[in-house]
Amino acid sequence: MAAQELATLESHQYDVLVIGSGGAGLRAAVQAAAVPGVSVGIIGKSLLGKAHTVMAEGGVAASLGNLDQWDGWETHFYDTMRSGHFINNYRIVEVFAKEAAERVLELEEWGAVFDRTPDGKIMQRPFGAHTFRRLAHIGDRTGMELLRTLQYKAISQNIDVFQEVTVTKLFRDENGAVSGALAYYRATGKFVLFRAKAVVLATGGWGKLYKVTSNSWESTGDGAALAFRIGAELMDMEMVQFHPTGMVWPPGVRGLLVTEGVRGEGGLLYNSEGERFMLTYDPERKELSSRDVVARSIYKEVQAGRGTPHGGAWLDITHRGPEFIKRKLPGMYEQYLTLADVDITKEKFEVAPTCHYTMGGVRVEPETCATNIPGLFAAGEVACGLHGANRLGGNSLADLLVFGRRAGDGALAYIQGRDDVADVPGSEIEAEMQRVLRPFSISQGENPYQIHEDLQEIMSNHAGIVRDQGMLEEGLAKLLELKERAQNMAITGSQVYNPGWHAVFDVQSMLTIAELIFRGALARKESRGAHWRTDYPDELPEMGQWNFVQDLDGDAVRVREVAVPVMPQELAQLFERGMAPGVYASQQQAKEK
Amino acid sequence: MSEEIVLSIYRGDADGGQEVEYSVPLTPGMVVLDAVHQVQAHQAQDLAVRWNCKAAHCGSCSAEINGRPKLLCKTRLDDYVGQTVHILPMQTFPIIKDLVSDVSWNYEVAKKIPAFKPATAVPFRMQQFDVDRVQEFHHCIECFLCQDVCHVLRDHDAKDEYFGPRFMVKIAEYEMHPREGGDRIPLLAHEAGLNMCNVTKCCTEVCPQHIRITDNAIIPLKERVADQYWDPLRALFRRKKESPTNQSV
Ligand SMILES: Cc1cc2nc3c(=O)[nH]c(=O)nc-3n(C[C@H](O)[C@H](O)[C@H](O)COP(=O)(O)OP(=O)(O)OC[C@H]3O[C@@H](n4cnc5c(N)ncnc54)[C@H](O)[C@@H]3O)c2cc1C
Ligand code: SF4
Ligand code: SF4
Ligand code: FES
Repeated sequence: MAAQELATLESHQYDVLVIGSGGAGLRAAVQAAAVPGVSVGIIGKSLLGKAHTVMAEGGVAASLGNLDQWDGWETHFYDTMRSGHFINNYRIVEVFAKEAAERVLELEEWGAVFDRTPDGKIMQRPFGAHTFRRLAHIGDRTGMELLRTLQYKAISQNIDVFQEVTVTKLFRDENGAVSGALAYYRATGKFVLFRAKAVVLATGGWGKLYKVTSNSWESTGDGAALAFRIGAELMDMEMVQFHPTGMVWPPGVRGLLVTEGVRGEGGLLYNSEGERFMLTYDPERKELSSRDVVARSIYKEVQAGRGTPHGGAWLDITHRGPEFIKRKLPGMYEQYLTLADVDITKEKFEVAPTCHYTMGGVRVEPETCATNIPGLFAAGEVACGLHGANRLGGNSLADLLVFGRRAGDGALAYIQGRDDVADVPGSEIEAEMQRVLRPFSISQGENPYQIHEDLQEIMSNHAGIVRDQGMLEEGLAKLLELKERAQNMAITGSQVYNPGWHAVFDVQSMLTIAELIFRGALARKESRGAHWRTDYPDELPEMGQWNFVQDLDGDAVRVREVAVPVMPQELAQLFERGMAPGVYASQQQAKEK
Repeated sequence: MSEEIVLSIYRGDADGGQEVEYSVPLTPGMVVLDAVHQVQAHQAQDLAVRWNCKAAHCGSCSAEINGRPKLLCKTRLDDYVGQTVHILPMQTFPIIKDLVSDVSWNYEVAKKIPAFKPATAVPFRMQQFDVDRVQEFHHCIECFLCQDVCHVLRDHDAKDEYFGPRFMVKIAEYEMHPREGGDRIPLLAHEAGLNMCNVTKCCTEVCPQHIRITDNAIIPLKERVADQYWDPLRALFRRKKESPTNQSV
């Protein structure tokens, strides 16, 4: 079968190939295609405009200072480093904090229409652990606005868009540089080869490893797994964010996100005894504490027997009144009304933690988003370094814009003076086709959907919100067994739009990633940010010096401690006053007056 | 035994097919997409369906449920207790397989609409009441259910004569943006085929985002076209206004 397909293989060639058409991928493509004569192709597993980014709700963080004049990049930097528990790459954070505002304005220029302040500027809402009101937003559908704006910007440029195409392998040439990718059309099952001078990975995260998740089916970690398999370094893989507020009931919607915007707009958390428990866990920031803290607090309340009927906490925003709620949170209002029969303007509702974001990913250079593989760049959720041990709400959308653009620029700089596109040997292509088609030839094998379910079970029970050595070791052992079983996944039907077949590949990616989460979590013998170990309950200064970097050593996974880059004095001093730079500046001015 | 619900799902491709019945246990609050996934996981691995968000945000899971264009993820099964639920792909577009239709025509149309062209530099100063009107259009999730139901496209297959309601919403979004400097009225009058719409409002009825497509997008656009093309006084004024730019290009 494969040899036949090889003879008639469709093939494309680009200067810059972008894998992933979420926010990061589109922003990279838009950047690369702005240079005349540069050919750009972009690939997504879904239709254009449907990528996971479309689901983002609360907003995009940028220190525009439209409401709080004391906000500025230094305070955004300060908040992001603190929330990341200082294992972020400071330079990535610095670039990010300095450029986010410009990137948001660029969206406005391209047609995004943000909510407005009373004096006509872009409105900004408060969000967990942001010192100032910082999240530019459009009601509670900011991700859709961002994605739609970039989508329409991209189609007005000279960019080839491949929809519903899955990349299954990246290739490297004899010098080790990335040379292209093999993929298949989901609709027809036909293979397609992409050869490229530079490749930007923007494939998003891997929330689908967990049973209760806010993520879409796409978030199976393909890009990270593809890169890992050809030798890329992945970092901070133990860091998985559980968002404190997912829907709990009915069962079909379990995990669906309740935007932090609800708390941003004044929503309060209560336990079954009617206590506002966040006053105890974080008296200063209360409901708007960082996500790791709020998620753990809800978890602890439930463990202590103070959970709601379906094992969560109550969230209540009724005091803001129906008109306000419907205007600021229309999506949430509608979501609860249609899916859960709850009118959030009149009643409190149940929420519980849900797997939401993956801070770890492909290790990149701050300036260019280059990985350790020449010609391969990464941006967005698949990349690593900005969020450290815990991501701040709103920082991801800004990440996509800032580093999507930088990855585009990085790829452009890389292809300068490279005239030829390397060939991909037919033998490598054929081997990959055979691998991908194998499940068709297995009879009586494992059901990929079942393997996925079993994997989610393992991850949720052994590498979830709470961890310890025994739990992790047992989980890893179960995972390795599951990997054996997964060798034997079988499917029925044809290559035409066959979700069972598609699931096989998704599961393979997730199995690769799962092992790295376990190995990272075992290595980090402390609690930090989202990584909470009951056997090492404290944050340990000596551990804070390291990121855990993983790559392949032959067939085995190698875990290394790599030093967290140390901030230069001018940045380090921002943390010496015990308060955010913007707050300090405002106090100084008040004193002078 | 828990209650079961019977789904009759279209199975087939471009070469034809038929509905096949599957029975699924009903759980509280279940939506049609949950049931389809149940079938996929346990009875028909290769059953094709599109979805992403499961929260009515992405517009992927459009289909026809008992003859009504709907989102699979937003349609509760308790509305159908005691009935067989017939699920078909959107009928206005060619079928790929099972519940998945080929919506690529819509993406071709999208490319024909000139991008937003601001008349002033950012940051814009705009009041909330200035943008309320266009923000409604920004709610569109591109589910194409309005395209599916529009008789111009569905019954008359006039896809080469009319862009369809979704894209009237898109054009309205640009045209009514307080800072827009471009002009898509000639496009509306000609290639986009706005006059093909005879204001039946079927599109508005099916829109899961409750966008008042006809009242707020199509009718005001029709008025703008009429102003420019049929009001002689305005047409004269417009010609005068345009002439200098005509010379300079
Ligand atoms: C419900 C929800 C709400 C959120 N709200 C916010 C918020 O308010 N603010 C905020 O900042 N962040 C928010 N986030 C997080 C944020 O939305 C994501 O982190 C971000 O959108 C990721 O964007 P991305 O471009 O990196 O990847 P994605 O948007 O995930 O896109 C990945 C792309 O890669 C493609 N792809 C993947 N694998 C392959 C493959 N093998 N072959 C080809 N293509 C592939 C996919 O099809 C897709 O096009 C939210 C997340 C969720 C789930
Ligand atoms: S109102 Fe116009 S666009 Fe809408 S369905 Fe009727 S004819 Fe089609
Ligand atoms: S206008 Fe409404 S029905 Fe039409 S595509 Fe947009 S959301 Fe769907
Ligand atoms: S799955 Fe996104 S709209 Fe239904």
